[in-house]
Amino acid sequence: MKIFSTDHKTIAKQYLTLGLFWAIVGGLTSYLIRWQVAYPDTEAPGWGFIAPDFYNMLVTMHGTIMVFFVAMPILLATFGNFLIPLMIGARDMAFPRLNRLSVWVFALASLVLLLSFFVPGGAASAGWTGYPPLSANATYTGVNWGLNLWLVALALEFVSFLMGGINFLTTTINLRAPGMTFFRLPLIVWMQITAAVLFMLSVGPLIAGAVMLLLDRVAGTTFYLPEGGGEPLLWQHLFWFFGHPEVYVIFLPGLGIVLEIMPVFSRKPIFGYRPIIYSTIAAGMLSFVVWAHHQFLSGMDPRLAMPFSITTILISVPFALIVFAMIATLWRASISFSTPMLFAIGTLSIFIIGGLTGIFNGSAPVDIYIHGTYFVVAHFHFTLFSATFFAGFAGITYWFPKMFGRMMNETLGKIHFWLTLIFFNAVFIPMHFVGLGGMMRRIANPMQYEFLQPLQPTNVFITLAAVLLIVGQIPFVVNFFWSLFRGRVAERNPWQANTLEWSAGSPPPHGNFERVPVVYRSPYEYSSPEVVEDWLPQDRPPEPSTAARQ
Amino acid sequence: MATRTETLTSTGIPSGKVGVWWFLASEITVFGGLIACYIVVRLGSGGWGEATTHLNFSLALANTFVLLTSSLTMVLAFAGVQDGSPKGLRISLLLTILLGLIFLAIKAFEYAGEIREGFTPAAGIFWSFYYGMTGLHALHVLAGVAVNSILLIEALGDILRPNEHRVELAGLYWHFVDIVWIFLFPLLYLT
Repeated sequence: MKIFSTDHKTIAKQYLTLGLFWAIVGGLTSYLIRWQVAYPDTEAPGWGFIAPDFYNMLVTMHGTIMVFFVAMPILLATFGNFLIPLMIGARDMAFPRLNRLSVWVFALASLVLLLSFFVPGGAASAGWTGYPPLSANATYTGVNWGLNLWLVALALEFVSFLMGGINFLTTTINLRAPGMTFFRLPLIVWMQITAAVLFMLSVGPLIAGAVMLLLDRVAGTTFYLPEGGGEPLLWQHLFWFFGHPEVYVIFLPGLGIVLEIMPVFSRKPIFGYRPIIYSTIAAGMLSFVVWAHHQFLSGMDPRLAMPFSITTILISVPFALIVFAMIATLWRASISFSTPMLFAIGTLSIFIIGGLTGIFNGSAPVDIYIHGTYFVVAHFHFTLFSATFFAGFAGITYWFPKMFGRMMNETLGKIHFWLTLIFFNAVFIPMHFVGLGGMMRRIANPMQYEFLQPLQPTNVFITLAAVLLIVGQIPFVVNFFWSLFRGRVAERNPWQANTLEWSAGSPPPHGNFERVPVVYRSPYEYSSPEVVEDWLPQDRPPEPSTAARQ
Repeated sequence: MATRTETLTSTGIPSGKVGVWWFLASEITVFGGLIACYIVVRLGSGGWGEATTHLNFSLALANTFVLLTSSLTMVLAFAGVQDGSPKGLRISLLLTILLGLIFLAIKAFEYAGEIREGFTPAAGIFWSFYYGMTGLHALHVLAGVAVNSILLIEALGDILRPNEHRVELAGLYWHFVDIVWIFLFPLLYLT
């Protein structure tokens, strides 16, 4: 395998490697954060004392790493790169060399972010949202180079994903195999290109905003500094104009993974293929007009709160429709509970809870009470953890045979699923109550506030569950590496699925297909009366008799 | 197995053109975001009219004509491709590059004069936006000059022929950079 390869499958694996590496770093930061909250100012086993400044750095880098360096490369870049050409019947991306550039720019971004931990003053510590004026002046946090490098790393990452997004869109528009119309595309392809459009159209203002913040820090401009006539609130608008579509940039590919897996293990067609696509597009468009629900307490014009509450609650309609389509797909199906299916159902059930608490946050009157508390932290972990990790694990276990040519171990997979499910809920369900009790996010030592002291036993419980959640990932790591070398060799189509990637070899060779496939039907024809088997691949020519009838 | 994919297209539009249009869409949001910020902050606070009077209007007007003319020569370069006239292509590309460089030189002269008068990027919010917006635009002009120079070198070495459609793609970008200036000029100099 070439390191500087233009093959989309190699590039996908490179993104996966980087994403899983950062997941370990991100997991370590969450361990240290939780330790400090449960046992303030004691030595964390295996690490040591956590100073308040270091704690600020931990929460900042945890958010940055998990959103930009774990969720994006795994959900978007890994599965997008691996699946789009295979699923549409193309030999590679439209611009293979641009694709190679994008992964190496991302590697550079990773390197810059990694270096920022080791410069004088440490890594960025102004929160993962980087609000000015805190982030605009080095003397406020005591971090100068760390924050500059943080901005550079984010800018590089945005450039990398812009190049990736252009590739995803051009490939899907132009390189579809004969017969692969837009309404025969697997749903994950629809989700990936919608995510690419959302990313491309929302990140521009933040790129401009990040340049402005960097100039404030190094060139003496005053975009965000009130003393020079600037406006700190401007950054919040730019950040969340990107930041809220970004939630769906991460979430839609996760949803796509679930939508691919559910019909295969239910042996039923997906319920409502086209309504799901229309809902996705509607949610994508609405996601551009919800951003200020992050800012109800920011000091913006309070008259804006009502319209943004309405759009925010409106966006739950298309997602509710997709959720019901999933449930209807499972309804009265003969479900086989393999590891990918377990994780897919896990994603669905956890996301429903996260979506419901989102309605609380989106309503301005309720948000005024819970804003900036652990209720919000619990809410977005229910949505983003389900998308990144549950859907991510579902995708990895489902496409592992196609990626690496070997099957993963089912027993270890199921142990991993149940440990993750149980301890995830043990961490984040109590966190809602801590938040309703009034505990703010990002405080290094809750014990210094008298009114928070009664919540401390719950905090200790959450921390112990979080440690077990991290320990519960060990079966996955063992399974991943053991299966990579020792797993049962996979045949072409181990799950008896319909989409085109299963017509290629496991793993597919450079160029993917022996012959460019021809597509005859939609991707979810399971239990079709036309054939004896209960699956009907997209590229199997119709029987002569059926063809005659048509 | 051959993996050349650029020869395939499901829509009949070359992949390069689809890619460039999506790239320009993302560029529009970068400048769109910046311009929107400028308008909102400017409408939200007073005392800006005075700062604009220190800008050099006549130099900026001259620069506008320079950039508009360069768009014309860029179109002529593509016409050279379509007419199969390598000479026309080379001369028009060279003119486009020179006009781009003249634009940058005039802009640098303008910056120097303003900085001499004490209007640095740190001189207040108007100057922050002025240097931020025109600076980002100038970087785009520089990138366009670089792209056109590569095309010119290839055209002179007669190795551009299989990729002559790239002149059209570079032209799309160059016109975009031109259009951004058409927005920046009145917003900064005429208000």
